[in-house]
Amino acid sequence: MSDEKVMSLNATPTFVQEDNKAIYDRYIDFTVPGSLANNVSITIKEGRKTVKSLQRTESIMKVVSTVLVYIIIVALALIVVFPFYWMIITSFKSNEEIRANSQTFFPTVVMWENYIEVFRTFDFVTYMTNTIVVAIFSTLGTLITTIFAAFAFARLDFAGKNALFFLFLATMMIPGEMMVISNYVTVAAFGWIGLEANLLDSYLANIIPFWVSVFYIYLLRQNFKQIPNELYLASKVDGKSDWNFLWKVMVPLASPTLISISILKFMGAWNSYNWPRLVANKEEFRLISNGLRGASFTDLEGNILYGYQMAATVIVTVPLFFLFVFFRKYIMKGVGRAGIKG
Amino acid sequence: MLDKNKFQEIFKTELNNLNKKNLEDFSTLKNTVESDSEVLINSKALDEKNNTKDINVEESVTFVKEDENNSNDSYYYKGDTLVKVISRRDKNYKYSYDGLKNVKDDDARNNWKAWLYLAPVLILMTMFLLYPLVDTIIISFMKDFNYVTREFDGFTIENYGYILNLTPINGAYESRVVNYAIPNTLIICFITVPVSIIIALLITVGLNSLKWFQKILQTIFFLPYVTNTIAIGMVFSVIFDSDGIFNYLINSDHKWITGADRWSAMLPLCLYIVWSSLPFKILVFLSGLQGIDKQYYQAAQIDATPKWKVFTKITVPLLSPQIVYIAITSFIGGFKEYSSIVGLFNNPGTTTGDYSLYTMVYYIYDKFNDNNLHYAAAAAVLLFAFILLFTALQMWVSKKRVYY
Repeated sequence: MSDEKVMSLNATPTFVQEDNKAIYDRYIDFTVPGSLANNVSITIKEGRKTVKSLQRTESIMKVVSTVLVYIIIVALALIVVFPFYWMIITSFKSNEEIRANSQTFFPTVVMWENYIEVFRTFDFVTYMTNTIVVAIFSTLGTLITTIFAAFAFARLDFAGKNALFFLFLATMMIPGEMMVISNYVTVAAFGWIGLEANLLDSYLANIIPFWVSVFYIYLLRQNFKQIPNELYLASKVDGKSDWNFLWKVMVPLASPTLISISILKFMGAWNSYNWPRLVANKEEFRLISNGLRGASFTDLEGNILYGYQMAATVIVTVPLFFLFVFFRKYIMKGVGRAGIKG
Repeated sequence: MLDKNKFQEIFKTELNNLNKKNLEDFSTLKNTVESDSEVLINSKALDEKNNTKDINVEESVTFVKEDENNSNDSYYYKGDTLVKVISRRDKNYKYSYDGLKNVKDDDARNNWKAWLYLAPVLILMTMFLLYPLVDTIIISFMKDFNYVTREFDGFTIENYGYILNLTPINGAYESRVVNYAIPNTLIICFITVPVSIIIALLITVGLNSLKWFQKILQTIFFLPYVTNTIAIGMVFSVIFDSDGIFNYLINSDHKWITGADRWSAMLPLCLYIVWSSLPFKILVFLSGLQGIDKQYYQAAQIDATPKWKVFTKITVPLLSPQIVYIAITSFIGGFKEYSSIVGLFNNPGTTTGDYSLYTMVYYIYDKFNDNNLHYAAAAAVLLFAFILLFTALQMWVSKKRVYY
C-alpha cells in the first residue's frame, strides 16, 4: 500500500481542462496528486484509508522509537559516567572491600581516612602549586602572543600574509615528539634543566616552549574577522592607533573566545604529562599528573592500595570538574569550533 | 581614473546581477560604496549557507588578468563571491579612485607594524618549532649523538636501519619498533578510530532527535573531555583489575592489566581511548548536524524513508566533511598514543615483561630516557612521515568520497 502512496506522489497530475474545479476539489480532498481520471477515485479512497492507518502505526512507531532512543542514549550515558562513579565509590572503600570477591556498588563503610592518608603521604600542595603556577603563566603568555598574531592576521595587511598563515596551519600536523627531543637540548642549554636548575628554571622550562599555539591563533583570527570593519574605520577616523583599537575594541568584543582559549589552555597545562616529566629532575618540581602517576600507593607486599590511589585521582580530577561546571559554555564552544574549521 | 559615481553605478548593476534573494543582505556593501572608499575590504558576499564571506581582494590580485578591452571585466564571481579585480600595478589599475588607493597605501604603511605584532610568535616558533624540526631531522642522522656536548660521530642512516630492525649496531638488533610499536599503533588506530566514529555518530544522531533532557545528556557525554588522562587511566586499571568490577560482572578472573597478554590488554586500552575520544567527536558531529539543511529530512519524511536509510543516505554523506576531519585527527591521535598507556599500565609499557604495549611515542620516550637521542629522533621522524603519509592518503580518499 505504501507503494501506491509513493507512486501517486510521483505521478504528475493531468488536469482535464473543462472539469478543472472538480478535479481541484478532489485533489485537495485526497491530498495526493494522482492521475485523476474518473475511475481512479475508488482506489484513492482506499488509499486514503490506508494513509490513515499508516499514520496511526507511524505514530505508534514514533513513540516506540523515541522510547528506544532514550533507553539507548541513557544507557550509553551511564556507561560514560561509570568510571567517574567508580572512582568516587572506590575512593571511599576500605582496601578489604575493594579486594573482596563480591564487588559492592556502594561502600559499606565510608572511609574518609583514605583522603586523610593521601593528603599525609602525597605532596599535593607542592604539585598543585607547581601546576597552577605553570598553568597560569603559560595561559597568560599564550593569550598575549595569540592576540598579537591574530590581530596581525585578521586586521593588518602585509606581504605574504596568506602564505604565512597557511604555513602556520601546516605546522599543526607536526607531532609534538618531533620537537621534544631538540627542545630538551635547547632548554638544557639555557640551564633550565639539569642539576643546578632551581624551581624557577623548572617553571620556565615548563612554560616558555608552550607560549605559542597555532590553533588558538586560528580560532581568535576567525573571531577577530567577524568584528565589523566599520568599527575599525571609525576608530581610525577618531585618530585611534591600531594598538588602542586592539585593546579597547577587539579584545573586549572577542572576550568569549579568549575565555574559551584560557580555559582550554589551563586544562592542557593541568593534564600535561610528558614534557613536565622530562624536565622535572627533582621530585618537588613535578606537576600534578607526574606526581599522581609517580606516587606508589602500595602495601608492604607491593599490592596497590586502590582506595588511596582513587582518593588521589579524585583530588586531581575535582578541580577540573569545577572549572567545567563554571565554564561549561565556553569550554564546549571552544572545543566545538575545532570541528568547523574542516 | 574612475569617478565615484561611475564606480557606484557599476557596483550596483553588479549587485543586481547577483542572486536576487540575497540582495538585501548586501546592504552593508551598498552603504559602503556610497559612503566611503573602503569598498574592497568591506565587501561581503553570501555563500550557500548564508554566511557572509569576505571578498578577498588579495586573491583576485594574484590570479586574474584584466581584459583591457572590456570595461565590465573588473568584476567577476569566484564561486558565489563578488570579486573586484584590481591590480597593484598602476598600469592595470583601471578602476580606482582616490579613496580606494588610500586604503591600499594605508595598509602598506602598516606593513612593518604587522611584523611587529607577529614578532613574539615568530621568535618563539622559530626557537621551539622550526629549529627543533630541522634539528631533529639532523640528529636522526647522527651517529652516537651526545646531547650535553652536542658531539657526534659523523652522519649515517644506520639509526633508521637500527630501529627498523634492518641493521645491527654494536652487534645488537632492535626489534621493539617492528615487532611491537608499529603493529600496536596500527591495531589501536584501526580498532579505535572506526569504533569511536560509529558510536559517536549514533550518539549524535540519537542526541539530536531528543526533545527532553538533550542539554543535560549532551553535558554528560562531554564529561570525559574534562579529565586528566593519567587519573582516569588509573580508574580504568581499577575497573579492569583481575579482582575488579569488570571481571566480577562477567564472572571471570582473566588478567586485563597486570600480567595480561597483548590482546587482553588491548581491550581496556581501546575502550579507554574510545571513551575519552567520544566527547570531541560528538561535539563536532553535533555542530555539523545542526548545519544540515532540514529540507533533506523533510523530503525523506514525505517519501516515508526508513530511518536507517535516512542515516546512511542523508546524515552520513552530509556529515562527511566532519567525519573526514575527525578520522584524520583521530588517526594522528592514535599514532601518538602514550599517556593513556602510562595511565592504564603504569610506566613500563608492558604487562608481562616484554614490550607488548609499546607504541611509537613510547619508544621515542624510552630511547630518550636512555640518552639515545639519535634513535629517538629517527623514530620521531618516522612517526612524522607516517602521519604525513596517512593524512595525505586520507585527504586523497576523501576527495573521492566527500559529498560537500
